Amino acid sequence: MMKKWFKSGDPWIWLNAAAVSASLIIVIGLLVLIAVNGLSHFWPKAVMQVQYVQANSTDSNPASIRIIGEIHNDEEVSIEQLKGLGINLKTDKDTATRILVKTGNRDISGADFKWMLQAYLGEKEYPEDIIVLERREWGNFYGYLKNVKDNGNVIASGEATWQELEKRLEIKEELYKKIKDIEKGAIGRINYKMEKLRLDKRRLEIDKEDTAENLAKLKAARNKLDAEYSVLEENLEKLYREFNQGKITVESMSGKQVEISLAKIVRAYRPNSLNLIEKIGLYFLKMGEFIFDDPREANTEGGIFPAIFGTVMMVLLMSVLVTPFGVIAAVYLREYAKQGAVTRIIRIAVNNLAGVPSIVYGVFGLGFFVYFLGGNIDQLFYAEALPSPTFGTPGILWSSLTLAILTVPVVIVATEEGLSRIPRSIREGSLALGATKAETLWRTVLPMATPSMMTGMILAIARAAGEVAPLMLVGVVKLAPSLPLDTNFPFFHLERKFMHLGFHIYDVGFQSPNVEAARPLVYATALLLIAVIVLLNLSAIYIRNRLREQYRSLES
Amino acid sequence: MNTETDSNTKDSNVKSHSIDMASLGRKKRSNVLANENICITTDNLNLYYGEKRALHDINLAIPEKKVSAFIGPSGCGKSTLLRSFNRMNDLVDGCRIEGGINIDGNNIYDKNVDVSELRRRVGMVFQKPNPFPKSIYENVAYGLRLQGVKSRRVIDEVVEKSLRGAALWDEVKDRLHESALGLSGGQQQRVVIARAIAIEPEILLLDEPASALDPISTLKIEELISDLKDRYTIVIVTHNMQQAARVSDYTAFMYMGELIEFGDTDMIFTNPSKKQTEDYITGRYG
Repeated sequence: MMKKWFKSGDPWIWLNAAAVSASLIIVIGLLVLIAVNGLSHFWPKAVMQVQYVQANSTDSNPASIRIIGEIHNDEEVSIEQLKGLGINLKTDKDTATRILVKTGNRDISGADFKWMLQAYLGEKEYPEDIIVLERREWGNFYGYLKNVKDNGNVIASGEATWQELEKRLEIKEELYKKIKDIEKGAIGRINYKMEKLRLDKRRLEIDKEDTAENLAKLKAARNKLDAEYSVLEENLEKLYREFNQGKITVESMSGKQVEISLAKIVRAYRPNSLNLIEKIGLYFLKMGEFIFDDPREANTEGGIFPAIFGTVMMVLLMSVLVTPFGVIAAVYLREYAKQGAVTRIIRIAVNNLAGVPSIVYGVFGLGFFVYFLGGNIDQLFYAEALPSPTFGTPGILWSSLTLAILTVPVVIVATEEGLSRIPRSIREGSLALGATKAETLWRTVLPMATPSMMTGMILAIARAAGEVAPLMLVGVVKLAPSLPLDTNFPFFHLERKFMHLGFHIYDVGFQSPNVEAARPLVYATALLLIAVIVLLNLSAIYIRNRLREQYRSLES
Repeated sequence: MNTETDSNTKDSNVKSHSIDMASLGRKKRSNVLANENICITTDNLNLYYGEKRALHDINLAIPEKKVSAFIGPSGCGKSTLLRSFNRMNDLVDGCRIEGGINIDGNNIYDKNVDVSELRRRVGMVFQKPNPFPKSIYENVAYGLRLQGVKSRRVIDEVVEKSLRGAALWDEVKDRLHESALGLSGGQQQRVVIARAIAIEPEILLLDEPASALDPISTLKIEELISDLKDRYTIVIVTHNMQQAARVSDYTAFMYMGELIEFGDTDMIFTNPSKKQTEDYITGRYG
């Protein structure tokens, strides 16, 4: 009976099905885990107020303290372990539940998070007037709003305080945008131009052309910029003075009253009084901030826009570099090179390149591109900036080039595959009309091979977008002051360092001072990285399918 | 090929050449071809694929503006011979030629012959329709664009003329800019023929042009061949003897890389002088 079952081939089918299901479950499980953890980060959680009896309370420590915060996590710890810490729980179970509460107020209490034993927690309350302040520094504040002050005078207290705060925050938001516009836009541009002038002057000195006339020209330009700058600075100072006005008094969970400048507050809300629609609104607001804003506080707060931008730009630059290179190499190998031992060895070598650990490429990129190429470029073209390097330091161009080398085998293999699939009859048809080999290549063979080239590019993108290790050596940084693409001529600043989602995950998750706070951000960033890669791939696949449509009936 | 002298002296050359051929003592056929202008001649042509000898001492004279058919069993070398007329065999690795082929009196295997120019003058249509994955219009215009013709008006004219020439215009005039791959096999083959005649070659080589087509398309192609022979020298390879009998003026029978017999089609089919030919035609082998 059993033998017959084996012979029928059914076990084999079941085994195959099981393998497929297992892979599917792993992939879907991973995505769901990341999505749930990442997306829930933006949901405005309820903030509880609770009395917590401290286990080892003495006279100097009050026996019970008030705790205000969000519940983040819970876990089971063994009683033995707690005993070791000097906590004796009166329970007959082996484990006790402890919960992780985000209490915020890092400036007052020193830490954002507290572990608390469930057993010592009192009744949880959710007072409607608890406020959450998202601040530009020191993380969130949880507590009660007391009053709003301007110039030391109390403007509003009691019922009207909250409305007053909301109104003032809106004004502050406007001011903040204006200030950032000036700082990043106009002043950034002036600084950029001033740096250029400084370099121009230095170049004149190097070239021994620093005549009085030339210097005067530079001086005039500089004076003009200085004048522009002082106007802007005055303007900015005025804005800042207005921006820094106003304070609120808040009460923290320990009952201490503190003053917080309105300028330091990004957003304020009362989580326990929000209804569902308001919560959804706030959720998307926070998500938008995450995607479109710059990071704050060592990357643990705010958005990750520069990282998204850097990742996408690096990958696009990489594809622009790798596709022509790989295609040209493949065309030579397949169309022109005499097929034989040498081409076979080259093919084996190319295929093996794809298996080299990526960090090795990073080391190569650092040694060859950054130090050798970049160093020489600096000597030749950017001598005026030395000793501070321009291209002789890690940057987005070198990162793209390093990844281009990493992915070029994929493009070569895919393109060769495509070229070999083009029927001989098509080439002969073109040649029979008097086309030369090169004309045949350009007019028929290459256009027909574009879908395969695109396939190669898609694989290259998929590989490059997930690569982090080599980038750490050749251009990625934790925080880049400016994007590699801006409105200052020549717009593309390929020598600049950039931020990358993959590295951001590593940095926030493992290098930040506040690992607990960062964990949901890691998930959210991972989700975004996956989304970016999927999006890049989908657009490439879309283009390929459109191209393939043209040649479909040929393949059948 | 030396095109300068070619164009000036073509007519006189060809005629003198044809007389040459007759007087050179190709005794068996000189009487047949005595009143024809000769377009292509082969001179003790031997062709090798590596070590294998595919053509044995072929001596042949193909008359101008007539349809000549090559028949013979599979692997007898008829396609190879055809493909050596526009040097398509150059693309095959290890292919080597001895002897010569003269077109209008010039050896096309001469060192300074421009192969592209030769192929422009000697058009070819293959067994399987091989339109490019482009529009019908662009397929026909391909050869013109290769020659650098930019004028939209000229191209439009030539495309229409060629498609009319290939008896396809009425079927496709409303969808010139649709992909040629959407056409039926017979229509595709006629697009390919239009593509070939758009650059006005002197000779048209057809390599089993109807073997992949259904009977009705085959009939259309055959009618087209009869129409085209007024303007082009046509050489057709076919393994269909009825087709050879229907469309050709002259027929060559090849066997095992050798030219057994070449002569008037009626003669070959009714009264062949070689026993091998007779055996093949009566279906005793092949």
